[in-house]
Amino acid sequence: MMERHFDVSLRDLKEQLVSMAGSVERAIENATEALTARDRSKIENVYELEKKVNQAHINIDDACVKLLALQQPLAADLRLIVAVLKINTDLERMGDQAVNIAHNTERYINDLPLKPLIDLPVMFIEARHMVREAIDSFVRRDMQLARAVMLRDDRVDALKNKIFRDVLDHIKASPDQIEQGLSLILIARNLERIGDHATNIAEDVIFAITGEDVRHSPRPESIKEALKP
Amino acid sequence: MNSILEVQNLNAMFGSNLAVKDISLGFEANTVTAIIGPSGCGKSTFIRCLNRLHEEVPDASAKGRVLLEGSDIYATGVDPVMIRRKIGMVFQKPNPFPSLSVFDNVVAGLKLAGVRNRSILSEVTERSLKLAALWDEVKDKLNAPGTSLSGGQQQRLCIARALAVEPTVLLMDEPTSALDPISTAKIEELMVGLKQKVTIVIVTHNMQQAARISNRTAFFLLGELVEFGETSRVFTAPSEIRTEHYITGRFG
Repeated sequence: MMERHFDVSLRDLKEQLVSMAGSVERAIENATEALTARDRSKIENVYELEKKVNQAHINIDDACVKLLALQQPLAADLRLIVAVLKINTDLERMGDQAVNIAHNTERYINDLPLKPLIDLPVMFIEARHMVREAIDSFVRRDMQLARAVMLRDDRVDALKNKIFRDVLDHIKASPDQIEQGLSLILIARNLERIGDHATNIAEDVIFAITGEDVRHSPRPESIKEALKP
Repeated sequence: MNSILEVQNLNAMFGSNLAVKDISLGFEANTVTAIIGPSGCGKSTFIRCLNRLHEEVPDASAKGRVLLEGSDIYATGVDPVMIRRKIGMVFQKPNPFPSLSVFDNVVAGLKLAGVRNRSILSEVTERSLKLAALWDEVKDKLNAPGTSLSGGQQQRLCIARALAVEPTVLLMDEPTSALDPISTAKIEELMVGLKQKVTIVIVTHNMQQAARISNRTAFFLLGELVEFGETSRVFTAPSEIRTEHYITGRFG
């Protein structure tokens, strides 16, 4: 099959997106370490990485608009660019959430720990995997991996609910630690949002590959059950 | 689907060379259908079978059924000239009759059919030129030669001429490929409006044009119909990989 100049542009666009996703992943990773190791230096890294993410956000949108205007893509080409535009937005929001986690962590580590962290580190790992797998599914055009990301989101949601309950029990018992509890609840909420954005990416990947819109459709109950933490 | 024009197992030959292979598809009333495909895929031959123009080429023949409102235009005893009044055609290159005025170009078909009444002819001229979005530009020069108009105007004159005999179907074979973008845009606008009155089948090499103006799209390759469906689906998520490769410019 003939390679088109357009294919080179598309490849370049994908590379930009993968590099942006790498920054997002590192931002989440740094936010994790800031919280679990109470390491203030990692918080700075999150802010630096978010700046890179924002610049990539602008560059990728710009490249997509140019390709749409100049190449007038159709079929799979069109679906790919539409997907990139949406994935780009989701990655940028994930970067914002990493910053929110950094803010909340900063507040949290200023004071004594509320409790040993058990579920939150697991949730960090889950969320980061979701980001990694969502982008991998995009790069490899892997439908199955994209579907796995969507299912993993149920697990992240369940973890968030568990953390909410645990922290609530804690601050009910010691009301003087409400602020510390609130920081943890907000971090769990930020991670849950990151999972939602990864899910959006997985849905866009399926759209790019098949043209099928799988958003807002129910997931099989049996798999949901199997994935419960 | 309620087809005004229904093609059944159509085969078209040039001598022993099969150019259109066993094609069946239906054209719905008041829609625009685009026929796309690489050069030599048989799309022009196919639409020339729809008003029996194909058989005018020496050695050319067609087999199969083409039902216009239920009646086979290839049935014995059918006069091809009558068919061409009901199924008009506009070609790639504007071809107004060179020695005739704008007015006489529009009413040429009616005059051939024996209409002589001046007021009827004037009325048809005005109506057809208005339908072809040309009236305002030529109403003061109806007696000027048709060939004195610009290329885009000449093409709309040919559309007016085709519309004057009130056809049921209008076939257009790359009608804008020789025109500049402004004339092209005018004719595209015109087609979208015209489908209220006639059913349009257009052959085009311009994918964006097919996407902009048609309701359904048929993709031809090597004389075969590869895919036929809603234009919005064919251009966003085609079901055939050969369609995908063609519309994304990957043939080579």
